[in-house]
Amino acid sequence: MSKGVAITGMGVVSAIGNNVAENYQSLINSNKGISKISKIDTIHKNDIMVGEIASTNSELEQQLGLSTDNNYSRTALLGAIAAKQAVQNAQITNINSYKTGLISSTSVGGMDMTETYYYDYLENKSSQKYIDGHHAGDSSQKIAEQLGIKQSLVTTISTACSSAANAIMLGARLIKSGKLDRVIVGGADCLCKFTINGFKTLMILSDTYNTPFDENRKGLNLGEAAAFLVLESDKVISEEKKEVLAYVKGYGNANDAYHQTASSENGDGATLAMQKALKVANYTAKDIDYINAHGTATGNNDLSEGRAILRVFEDNVPDFSSTKAYTGHTLAAAGAIEAVYAVLALQNNIIYPNLNFKTQMKEFDITPQLELKEKELQTVLSNSLGFGGNCSTLIFSKEQ
Amino acid sequence: MSAVYISGLGSISCQKTFDNNEFLDEIITYTDTVITAVNPNYKEYIKPAAARRMAKGIKMGVVASRIALNDANKEQIDAIITGTGMGCVRDSEKFVSAIIDNNEQYLTPTSFIQSTHNTVGGQIALELQCKGYNFTYVHASVSFESALLDASLQLENDEANTILIGGVDELGDHTVAIHKIVNHIKPEKIDSTALLNATTEGAVFGEGANFFVVSNKKQASNYAEVLAITTYNTVSKNKIQQLAQEFLQDNGINIGDIDAIVLGNNGDVKHDSFYHELSSGIFQNTQQIYYKHLCGEFNTASSFGLWLASKILKTQHLPDVVKINNKSITNYTTILLYNQYRGENHSFTLLRKC
Repeated sequence: MSKGVAITGMGVVSAIGNNVAENYQSLINSNKGISKISKIDTIHKNDIMVGEIASTNSELEQQLGLSTDNNYSRTALLGAIAAKQAVQNAQITNINSYKTGLISSTSVGGMDMTETYYYDYLENKSSQKYIDGHHAGDSSQKIAEQLGIKQSLVTTISTACSSAANAIMLGARLIKSGKLDRVIVGGADCLCKFTINGFKTLMILSDTYNTPFDENRKGLNLGEAAAFLVLESDKVISEEKKEVLAYVKGYGNANDAYHQTASSENGDGATLAMQKALKVANYTAKDIDYINAHGTATGNNDLSEGRAILRVFEDNVPDFSSTKAYTGHTLAAAGAIEAVYAVLALQNNIIYPNLNFKTQMKEFDITPQLELKEKELQTVLSNSLGFGGNCSTLIFSKEQ
Repeated sequence: MSAVYISGLGSISCQKTFDNNEFLDEIITYTDTVITAVNPNYKEYIKPAAARRMAKGIKMGVVASRIALNDANKEQIDAIITGTGMGCVRDSEKFVSAIIDNNEQYLTPTSFIQSTHNTVGGQIALELQCKGYNFTYVHASVSFESALLDASLQLENDEANTILIGGVDELGDHTVAIHKIVNHIKPEKIDSTALLNATTEGAVFGEGANFFVVSNKKQASNYAEVLAITTYNTVSKNKIQQLAQEFLQDNGINIGDIDAIVLGNNGDVKHDSFYHELSSGIFQNTQQIYYKHLCGEFNTASSFGLWLASKILKTQHLPDVVKINNKSITNYTTILLYNQYRGENHSFTLLRKC
C-alpha cells in the first residue's frame, strides 16, 4: 500500500495554450481562449463561442510523427500530445520499468470522424479506417501505444463532464492499493458537431463569453482540450528520488440521483462528493485554501454548485473561481485540465480570477475571486459535475 | 483484505436468461450474422410510460440490475459501476444522422442525452435513488472487467460492502452496417451450433445486459468468490500462455487446479488463435467452455461469460451446449475466464466456488 499519491508530471493542450507553461501564462494574464468557431463548419457558428485549439489535425499528426494513413480522431491526437508532455515532464525514460497503467477518459471519442464520414463509410473505402476509431476506448489504446505502455492496465472512463476527475480518482486508488506503481491519468475531448448540437438542444450554450457565477449568466462555451498527469507511488518517488509537484490527497464521487442532465437545486451530489473527498484526505472544510469550481456558467450548475459549496463550507467559504471563462467547458477533459491548473496554483501560490463576472447572484452572497491573487496555498479542491448526476471532487495538496 | 463475492445476478441476453430459476434449459439456436436480445416483460419492472422513453440499452440495464438485486435480496447498494463499449448506440446514430440529414436543425435533446455513455448508470441510480459512487467504463472488451476491477478494489479495502456492476451494450443498425463492411461481422449467416468451425473473418454480433451484485459479505447464497481480475491493453500471441501461468501463480493456483476455462471464442478465424493457444496448450486437459454462440459478440459479452461461470459454480451443472470438449468433471471449484476482442484488451478472471 502506498500512502501518498504523488503527481510528478503534467501535460495539457487547451484553447489557452499548447503546453503547461503557455496555459499558466494565459491564466495569470487573464487571456481567454474563447472565440468564434473556425474549424467546424456548423450552422451555429454565428450563435456560439467556443474554446478551440489552434492546431489543425494535420499539424497535430506532424507533431506526433504519424503517417498519413493513421486513423487518429482529434480526441486521440490531443490526448497523445498531452500525455507525452506529462511523461516527459515526469522525466520517465523507460515507461515499463515500473508497473505502469493508463486511465483515460473521453465523452466524444472518435465522434468527430464518425459525423464526418457517417454515410461515406458505406461507400468509400478510404474513410473506413476511422470506423475502428469511433469507440471511446480507441483513443486510450492509441495514447498507450504512443507512450509505449504494453501488456498493462489501460482503461477509459466516460461519465460526461466529470470523466477526467474520475480517471484521476481511479488512478489514485490504484496507486494506493499497490495495483500499480505509476499511472498516467487524464482525459481528452475534441469539439464536434455532435456536442455542439447536443448542448444547443439543451439550450445551455451562451452566444457570448461565458460568465461563471454571474447572475446574468447565459450558459456555457464548449471547449476542446486534453490533459494528463503522472501519478507515482511512494516507492517510485524514493527509488527514483523524484521531484513531486503535488499530491492527490482526497477524492470523492457521488451521484445526484435527481435528473439525467440537470443538477438538483441544493446540490446533493456535489455536497456528498466534497464531503467524501475531505474525509479521504482526513481534512475538515477549514483545511481547503482554494476551490477551483466546476462553474460552467449554466443557470443550473452554478446555482447547484454554489449551494453545495455553502453546505460544505458554511460561513467559511474559501476563495473560489471557475476557469471555464478561459477554456470553455472541455467536457471529459475538464477535470484533468483543472487538475493541472490546481497543481500550478499550489506551485505558484496563485488564485486565478473568475473572468467576466459582473453581477452578484441573487440566491446567495458568495462571490468568486475576481482578481489574480497571491496567497500561500497548501490545498486546492477541484469540482467536476456531470450528466447522469455524476459529481466528483479531487483535493490536491502541497504536502503528503 | 476482504474477499469479493458474487451474490446476485441478472441477465438479459440472446437466450432466455432473465429467469434465474432456469439455467439454459431451452436454447435458441440462430442462423444469422447479428442476433438480438430476448426481451423479458419489461412492464413487470418499469412503468410503461417510462419504458417507452427509454433506449433499449437503458431498459436492459435497468431490468437486469433489478433482477440481480432481487436475486441478491438487496434493495440498496453502495455503488453502481457500469461497463459499456458503445453506450446507447442507437441514440448516438439517431442524433448523428439527424444532424446530417437535417443540416443541424429540428433536433431534440432526448437522443443526445441518451447517447451519453453513463446514461445507463445514471438511470439506474435514479431508479434506485442511489447517491453512491457511480462510474462508467467504456474501454472496448475490458469495459465490464474494468467495472469488476474497480468494485473489487473497493470491496477488498472495505470502501464499500455491496456494489452493483454490469455490462451492457445494444445493437444499432448503422453500427452493424459499417462493421459488416469492414468484416468485423461475418459475411455469411452462420449456424450458432457451428460457430467454432467457422472459416471466415468476423463475429456474429449480439447484445445484452448482465448485472451482478458483488459484496464482501460471505453468505451461503453467494454464487462465487472473485479471486482475481486483471486486464491487458496488448498481449502478443506467443506470450498469452506465459501470462496465464503468471496470473495463476500470482494467485497461488496451479493449472491443474482449474476445473474449467471459459473462453471468449467468437468464430473469427483471424483472432480466435489467442484462445487456441490456451486450449491446445496449457489448458488442453482442462474442461473448455465457450458462450458467444449463445449471446453473440459485443464489447461487454464477457459479462455473459461471468454470468455463465457463476451459474456453473453455484449449480455445479455444466450445460452440454457450452462444452468445447468433454472432461466429465464432477466438481467445479475453480474457473478461469479469458477474453479478448480482435487481439486487444485481454482479461483473465478467476472464480472459486463459495
